Order: sequence, then C-alpha cells, then structure tokens
Amino acid sequence: MKPFLAMLTRDMKLATRIGGDSLTVLLFYIMTGAIMPFAIGPDKDQLAQLGPAIIWISALLSLLLALDRLFRMDHEDGSLLAMRQASLPLEMIVVAKICAHWVTTALPLIVATPVLAILLNLEIDQTLRVIFTLLVGTPALICFGAIGAAVTVSIKRGGLIAPILILPLSIPTLIFGVSAVSSGAIANAQDAALLFLAGFTLLSLVFTPFAAALALKMAAE
Amino acid sequence: MTESKPQEPTPQDLGFFSRIAHPGYFLEWSRYFIWPLVGITTILMAYGLYLAFFNSPADYQQGETVRIMYVHVPSAWLSQFCYAVMAIAAIGSLVWRHPLADVSAKAAAPLGATFTAIALITGALWGAPTWGTFWEWDGRMTSTLIMLFIYMGIIALWRTFEDQVRAGRIIAVITLVGAINVPIIKFSVDWWNTLHQPASVFRLDGPTMPPSILLPLFVMFFAFSFLFLLLHFISMRTEILRRRARAIERQYAQQLRTQKP
Repeated sequence: MKPFLAMLTRDMKLATRIGGDSLTVLLFYIMTGAIMPFAIGPDKDQLAQLGPAIIWISALLSLLLALDRLFRMDHEDGSLLAMRQASLPLEMIVVAKICAHWVTTALPLIVATPVLAILLNLEIDQTLRVIFTLLVGTPALICFGAIGAAVTVSIKRGGLIAPILILPLSIPTLIFGVSAVSSGAIANAQDAALLFLAGFTLLSLVFTPFAAALALKMAAE
Repeated sequence: MTESKPQEPTPQDLGFFSRIAHPGYFLEWSRYFIWPLVGITTILMAYGLYLAFFNSPADYQQGETVRIMYVHVPSAWLSQFCYAVMAIAAIGSLVWRHPLADVSAKAAAPLGATFTAIALITGALWGAPTWGTFWEWDGRMTSTLIMLFIYMGIIALWRTFEDQVRAGRIIAVITLVGAINVPIIKFSVDWWNTLHQPASVFRLDGPTMPPSILLPLFVMFFAFSFLFLLLHFISMRTEILRRRARAIERQYAQQLRTQKP
C-alpha cells in the first residue's frame, strides 16, 4: 500500500505544481461549454434541453486533451522503466496513475460543472444529476483514455492518434451518461442508464490496468 | 522474422502448425492457393451476380432495389468477420508473439474497413428509395459506422509506428480492447436508439425470404467470403515481402556505413 500511495502523491504533485496543466484543462472545459451557445443560439429553453449533452461533450473533449501527460512524460524520461522494477506490479502503478489523473483532471471539472450549468440554464436537480453522472462516468472515460495513452506512448509524432482510438470506445459512456440525465420515452430509463453507466465504469476499471500495463510493457521492448 | 536471425530453424524441424505459420514457408505454400482461389472466387461471383441480376425476382414491395442486398449482406457479414480474424490474430501476436499473426492482423484491417464501407454505402443506397433517406440513426447502421471508425483508428495506428514488429503487439492490445467493446457498443447503441427514436423502421424479415432470393444471397455470401480469403492471402504475402525488402534495405544501408570509413 505504501508504494501505491507514494505513486499517487507523486503524480498528484506533478500535476498540480509548475508545468502541470490541471487548470488549463479546467479552462478548456468551461470555454468549450460556453462556446456552444454561440453556435446554438441564446435560446434558454433549447440550451436547458441540450445542457447535459453539452456538459458531457465538453468533459469528454477536455479529458481527451489531458490524456497525453498520463504516461508520455514518464516514458520519455525513463521513469516508466524504473517503475517496472518497483515492488508494485505495473498494473497497480497504472491504477495509481489513473486515480491521480482522475483527481487532478476529472474532479476539478466536476466541481466546476455548476458554473457551466448556470451558463446553460440548467435546473438545480438536473445540475445535481449531471454532476452525479459525471462522478460515475468519468472514471470510465479516463480508463479508456489510459489504454489509448498507453498504446500510443512510444509514438513520437502523431499526438492526434489517441483520441481517434478512444472516441469510438467512449460512445457507450456518452450514451449512458447523457441518458441518465435527460428525458427518455421509457419510464425508469434514467435509473437504468445510471446503473449501466456504473456497471460500464466498473468493468473498465477491471480490465484497463491489465490492458494498459500490457501495452506499456510492449512499448518499452 | 525479417530481422537478423542467428539460427533459423528449417521448416522440417517444426510441428505442423509452426511449419505452416513460418513466414518463409507460408510464402511457399500459399503460392499454390492464389490461383485456385482466384478461380473459385470468380466462378462464385459470376454465378452469384448472374443469379442476383437476372435470375431472381424483384421484391413486390422494394422492387429492383432488393438486389442491393446481395452485395450489402455479405459485406456486412465480412465487416464483423474481419474483426474476428483480427482479434484471433491479436491473441496470436500476444500469446505466441508470432510474426505471421501480426501480418495477418495488419492485412485484415484495410479489408475489414473496405467491407464495412461497402456495407454502409450500399445500405445508404438501398435506404434512399426504401426509407426515403440515405442515413437513419438506426441501431445497426450506427454500430456499423462505429465499427468503421474503429477500423480506421487501427489502420491509422499501424501507419504511425516505424517498428512494425513492436506495432503488432501494441495494436494487438487495442484490438482486443475493441473486441470486448464491440458488443457493448452494439448494445448501447441499440438501447440509445430505442430511447431516442420510437418510430420503427421497415425491416426485412429474415426467415420469410423465398428460396429464389435466398439462393443468390447464399452464393454471394460464399463469393465474398472467398474474396476476403483471397485478398487476405495476397496482402499477407505482400506484407511479408515488404518486410523482407525493408530488412534487406536496412542491411544494405548498414553495409554501406561500415564500408565508408
């Protein structure tokens, strides 16, 4: 447990100190959400209706933007090779990195969501629901992002390739995340979507560490 | 396999599967399959197209457009079959680290993307007169589109790696992750579709097809499957030869460098 915590604190420190871009991602999130009304129009009812979708899309894009720093720096300066010699298996190191990444990128977004909700004219209970679905769903997005980041870690050129790989895989999260908030012709569909979202997150948490660690091992060979 | 190998086992020393999967030996034996496969594919395709165009009735509701199905259905089947081939090859490259598995996965990706694209385009062409629109966010069409995106991502990934041997193993990981996800995506898209689009679309009922339509479909199904097999063989051979050419080039460059000073 001690090396795990050491890994966790190391990554959180790196993300929050000079050169870390937690704040940049947060700004990107707010700006993406705030720029949508310029394309859609300032109609309040329409914005309220599209609000949850806009928030989810903004979160997805912001998290994609932040992915590159998950493994790349450690791969380039050789820390990842050193970590493979640690007493902690690489899979657990990936888990620690995912947790730290979630705390430093996804959590600020979720905390800032009320600001976006006010801009988009969402009701209080809908805002709370969006926040809750983001809490449940963002770990899945980070997990798939981690796989994408691990697969592309050894590619020097081609920073755009990871989002291309991840976007199709994050469609289920997006579907269940937005369905858990907004409407639905079928009764109880929201709760069902929330449960599916939670299940999907748990599933991705189970297989991501193994897949990402495998990809990292292959990349270092 | 094309990299410098200290002691290459002769094919005779190996077991049956290792022998047929040895890249050099694969080049040997697959050579004899190309022309027979070309023959079978041509005959099946010609017979299937003849049946599809001249010897099958037009549907009483859809009219002549039903003939698009004879291309559409086999392509849609192959778009999924290709992914299965890639996933099995991915297991091969991860577990046995077999170079031929890498080659097979790499060769299957563009084929899968092409068949998926054909399925989508023919589906759109069929949809225009039948549904009145080229695109409908129907569950099956949407998941086929996502399938195409996944293929495109994998092809793009193949193109970014310089070292193809390492690329094979890394891409195998993402291929398997995709394989786990494809059913989930399919399910979620179906679910999303029923939530957002209550209006049901007209669907062809499978089992009620008369034999006059079923026979050309059956023949075309085999024609396309053999076409895939043939193209897969050819592109695997090409890939092996390409890797060899690269290795020879590299050796030559090294020789030049050592001779110079």
